[in-house]
This record gives sequence, structure tokens and C-alpha cells, in this order.
Amino acid sequence: MGLLLALPPAMGLLLGALAAAGRLVRLAPVVTSVLVLGVGVTLVAQRDTVGLGGGLLRADALSAYMLALVGAVGLTATWGGLAPREPGPADAARRRYAALVCVFLAAMSLAVLTDNLGVLWIAVEATTIATAFLVGHHGTRRSLEAAWKYVVLGSVGVAIALLGTVLLYAAARAAGEPTLSWTVLASGRLALDPGLVKVAVGLAVLGFATKAGLAPMHSWLPDAHSQAPAPVSGLMSGVLLAVAFYAILRVQAVADVVIGGSFVRGLLLSAGLLSLAVAGALILRQRDYKRLLAYSSIEHLGILAVGAAIGGRVAVAAVLLHALGHGLAKATVFVVSGRILASEGTTTIADVHGLLARRPQLAVPFVAAIAALLGFPPFALFFSEVAIVVAGWQAGLGLAMGVVLVLLLVVFAGLARATAAMVLGPPDGPTGPLPAGARGPMLPLALALTATAVAGFLTIPLGDVLTAAAQAVGA
Amino acid sequence: MHLTTGAATQLVALSTGALLVSAVLLVWRRSLRPAVRLIAAQGVALAVLVATLGLVEGAAELVVVAVVVLALKAVVVPLVLDRGIAAGGPDREDQARLNPTAGLVSVALLTTLAYLVSKPITTALDAPAGPAAFAVPVGIAVVLIGFLLLISRRRALSQVIGFVVLDNGIATIAFLTAGGVPLLVELGTSFELLLIVMILAVLSGRMRTAAGPRALDSMTELRD
Repeated sequence: MGLLLALPPAMGLLLGALAAAGRLVRLAPVVTSVLVLGVGVTLVAQRDTVGLGGGLLRADALSAYMLALVGAVGLTATWGGLAPREPGPADAARRRYAALVCVFLAAMSLAVLTDNLGVLWIAVEATTIATAFLVGHHGTRRSLEAAWKYVVLGSVGVAIALLGTVLLYAAARAAGEPTLSWTVLASGRLALDPGLVKVAVGLAVLGFATKAGLAPMHSWLPDAHSQAPAPVSGLMSGVLLAVAFYAILRVQAVADVVIGGSFVRGLLLSAGLLSLAVAGALILRQRDYKRLLAYSSIEHLGILAVGAAIGGRVAVAAVLLHALGHGLAKATVFVVSGRILASEGTTTIADVHGLLARRPQLAVPFVAAIAALLGFPPFALFFSEVAIVVAGWQAGLGLAMGVVLVLLLVVFAGLARATAAMVLGPPDGPTGPLPAGARGPMLPLALALTATAVAGFLTIPLGDVLTAAAQAVGA
Repeated sequence: MHLTTGAATQLVALSTGALLVSAVLLVWRRSLRPAVRLIAAQGVALAVLVATLGLVEGAAELVVVAVVVLALKAVVVPLVLDRGIAAGGPDREDQARLNPTAGLVSVALLTTLAYLVSKPITTALDAPAGPAAFAVPVGIAVVLIGFLLLISRRRALSQVIGFVVLDNGIATIAFLTAGGVPLLVELGTSFELLLIVMILAVLSGRMRTAAGPRALDSMTELRD
């Protein structure tokens, strides 16, 4: 069973190397996603904590759940973004694209499967390297500007997280056992110095929050998400942000044991509310639909941060459900937005009208995914948002929950207005058959949306999985 | 070979001092080629620091790390930066947001701040880290100066230099507080720094091709 853990990172790298060499270029990212999803589901189903390599790799319930999330969202984005088959050998740009997506998925799998906070850091930083050229893939001035900002801000952010990790190691060393093993650090066995752990945890949370796109460290996110190719935007929004947030959860568990929960809670609650406020303000006056979706990601990460700040089994389980629902819906909507761009030739909201009449095959999945993101029942985000708000109320954070609800309403208004403007209105614009770039498989989008719609009702099987995963971080 | 505590303390003080002084000079100087040489000097100082700590503790692992640090931070990273300068574009930071005087005043303030904020770290580590713990504030000061460089510079390559300084500061803190992180993690972080620097060098080259030599000044296309 242990060897299974090495499969997703190793096969991701192997398939990446194959794609770089010109083999399997088109399918390599999809195959990697399927593998990651398969291993993730197997680990979730067998329910035991498994380890490999002396604790280097370890999958508890949370790791298994996150791996399945990476695979499911990755599959939606890569399968949905599958380019039409082209005759002849793939050119260098295509090969590089496929190889980097595989490396990205391998690094994300490693990040959730390792027990070592140092390796977790390396894996998160490796995604910066893999996605730098994916963001700048189009090679235009704007996409290069976005890639530059992303690499500089992202690597400075994770450098801060490295400082935090190093100080945690120093604290463990001063306590007599030099280790970065998360299990040991969070077990409470070591007498870690509270003052030092407080500084270390603060820096680590700040650093990973930069990568998770939480305000006020979010400024790279709208640029990168709006300039990257659509499937990459979906991967970054649904996978990268969730995994960076997973790192915060792990660090938070160490802090809870050593210095109590209030410090990280305060940090996460303020970052979460600020993210919601920033997203609300900018969604209301947004003119570009890809940036609109990017700000919606900041909003949802804000909800995750608020949920993690509340803590407790219900809130953390809801956070995990929310991360899955958001990932699937956001990957879908980004893939569709890429097709809308190919069909309409613009990302300006005001220039797209009457999609529902002209291009129902684009408008229907777009509206359904937006409805999921807005938290309409029956989609999972409805249940997770309700659970987080109720848990917060019970935890005595009534005022903060009131603010959350008001801000959610603002986001709702902004997102709904922009969507209505795009899908309704006079059907002026291109009609007839879709251009080649706007066509693509519909099945992954339908599957992702169905999964999002069904997940909230699967309280019997999924509820157990979520509670077990929440318990893994001590909730 | 073992160093006496006195000699080790002096070497630690000397190398951390060199790191701080070169960081301050980077704030003051504007030409990029001398700046790259200062980066190389920082790499050498960092390698000396690591080797000293390795010899004091008799840890062969740290001596290996010292060689890797020397190769990467004193040779390869400066080479990549030099090639970036040779590839064209301005070789002076002529768009800085701070004049040299304001820069030096900020550095003085940041260093004072570093001594204040490193209190909890040094008190927690006083006993086990030996002669090294007192030099932690220098590492934090170098990190903060790296931030200052990143924020106050506009040219692509001077921003990269700021990032390298930031990373050197973090490495200094890592070695002074923890004797470095485990070898695997240390190697991973060093190579990722190299990759980031190379990616940034490639991106700045492409931006020059796409937007002309003044690429970073005009980084205002994307905004809300």
C-alpha cells in the first residue's frame, strides 16, 4: 500500500518527461490526473494512514482527501481543456505546456502526500516554477507581465514561509529532536518554545497565505488567472490555492498544540474577512470576466480562511467540502470561459451579449457553474457555506458571520449581474457553428458539475470521510 | 579539524558582517555589474559561515552544503545574472523609488527593527546554538534589506538581485538557528532559488523582446 504513495509524484514526472520528449503530448496531463484521482480515491476508501520512506511520504485521511481533490479538479481542467487533435508532431510550445502541467500535478501530489514540512515547502515552490511559464504561455506582453508579478510575489511569499519552516525546525532542535516531521511537531511530544513557534507559525501562515491568494497578499492572483490559458487558470484556482490552504491547515495544527488556537484564528479571520471585502469591492466594478472569476477565487479562499478560523469538526469538514466544490465549479467555469474567449474574441463583459440564445452549448455550463459558485442549492457550496456560518455563530463569532453574509450578498450581486449581462440581452455577435478553439469535450464539465451538485447530499459516505480528514488536523 | 570557539566566533562575526555590509552597499550602489559582484561576495560569505558552523559542530554534512552554497550562490547565480545584463537592457538602476540617502536611512531603521524583532528567537535559542545565536539579527536585517530592494527597484534584474538578497538572509537565519535544515531540504531550496533566478532572467529577456528595454516601467497593463 505504501508504494502507492510514490505513484502520483513519480508518474507525474515520468509523463512530464515523456511529453517533453514528444510522446503522449496531448493525453499526458489527462493520464496524470486520472492516476492522481485513482490513487486518491483508493487511499480515501481504505481509510488507514499509510507511510513510505521513513515518514517522508504519509497519507492520513486529510492527505487522501486532498489527493482525490487534486485529481478530480485536475481531471476537469485537463480533460475539459483537451485541445483538438492536430496532425503531425506536436510543436515545442505544446510539448512544454503538457510537460509543465504534468510536473505541476506531480508537485501538488507530493505536497499533500508528504509528512515533512520542508518537502511540503519544496513542492509548493516547485509549482511556482512549473506555472511561471504556463502563465506566460501566450508570450504576449500582458501574459509576461502577469508571469513576472506572479513569480516575484509568489516566490517572496513562499520565501517567508521557508523562514517560518526553518524557525519551526530550530524550535524542534532546541527541544532536543531536530525534525520537520509534521506528525512529531503536532503530536505535542516535544517541548517547543512557544515564543519561537509563534513567530515561526506567523511567518509560515503569512507565506502560504500569499500563495493561497488571501488578501492583502492577493495582488498577483487576478493577473495570473486572467492571463494564463483557461485550463491553467482552472488548475491554479482549484488546485494550487487549495493546496496552499492545506499547508496553512497543517501549520495551524502545530500552532494549536503548542500555543493554542487564538493566534492563528485571529490571523485567518482577519485575512478571510479582508479577502471577502476586497473580492466584493472589485467584483462589483469588474469589466473583464476572467478577472471576475479570479476575484471569485479570492472570495472563496476568504470563506475557507473564515471556516478554518472558526475551527471545530463541523467547520473544518465544511471547509474541505467547500474546497472540493469550489475547485470543480471553478475549473469548469474557467474551461468554459476559455471557450467563450475563443468564440467571442474578447474578455470584456460588456462586449458579450445574448450567449444563451446564440451559444447555448457555452452559456448553459457557464450559468450552471456560476450558480454553483454563488452557492445555490443543490450545489455543495450551499451546504458548506451554511455549515460554516452556523458553526461560526455557535462559536460566538456572530458579528463576523454577519459581516460574511453581507459580503457574500455583495459578491452575489456583482457576479449575478455580470453573468446576466453576458448570457441575456440581444443576440448580437457571432452565430453559427463554433470555431475550433471553442469546441471541446462537454462530458468532464457535466461530470464535475454533477459531482458538485451531488457531493452535498452524500452525507453518509462523504460525511465520514470529511470528519476523518478534519480529525487529522486535530479538529 | 576543529576550530576553537574564539576563532569560530570571529569567523561567524566576520561572515555575517560581510553579508550585512554587502547588502547595505547594494542599497547604495546603482550599477548592476558591481551589484552582481556583491551578490557573489554574499555567496562566499554565506559559504564561509556554513563551513565554520560545520567545523564547529564536526558535521561533515554542513561542509558538503557549504560547497553547494559556494557553487550555486557565488558562481552560478552571479553568472546567470551577468548573462542577463549582457543580453541587453539598461545596466543601471535609474528608476529607483528611493534616493541613496533615503535608502541608507531606511537600512539603519530596518537593522534596528531586526534587533528588536529577533528577541524571541535569540532568547529561545541562546543555550544550544552557541556562538551563532547572537548573529541572528543580522540575518533578519538582510531579509528586510532584500524586501527594501525588491520594493524600491523597478528594473527587472535589480528586482532579481533583491530577491537573491532576501534568500541569502533566510539562508543565514537557517544556518545560524538550526545548523541548516536537513540536507535534502537544503539542496531542494538551493536549487529552487537557482531555478527562480533563471526563470526571472528568461522572463525579463522575453519582456524586453515583447515590450522594449523599458519593460518593467510599463508594467501597468494589468490593473483594476
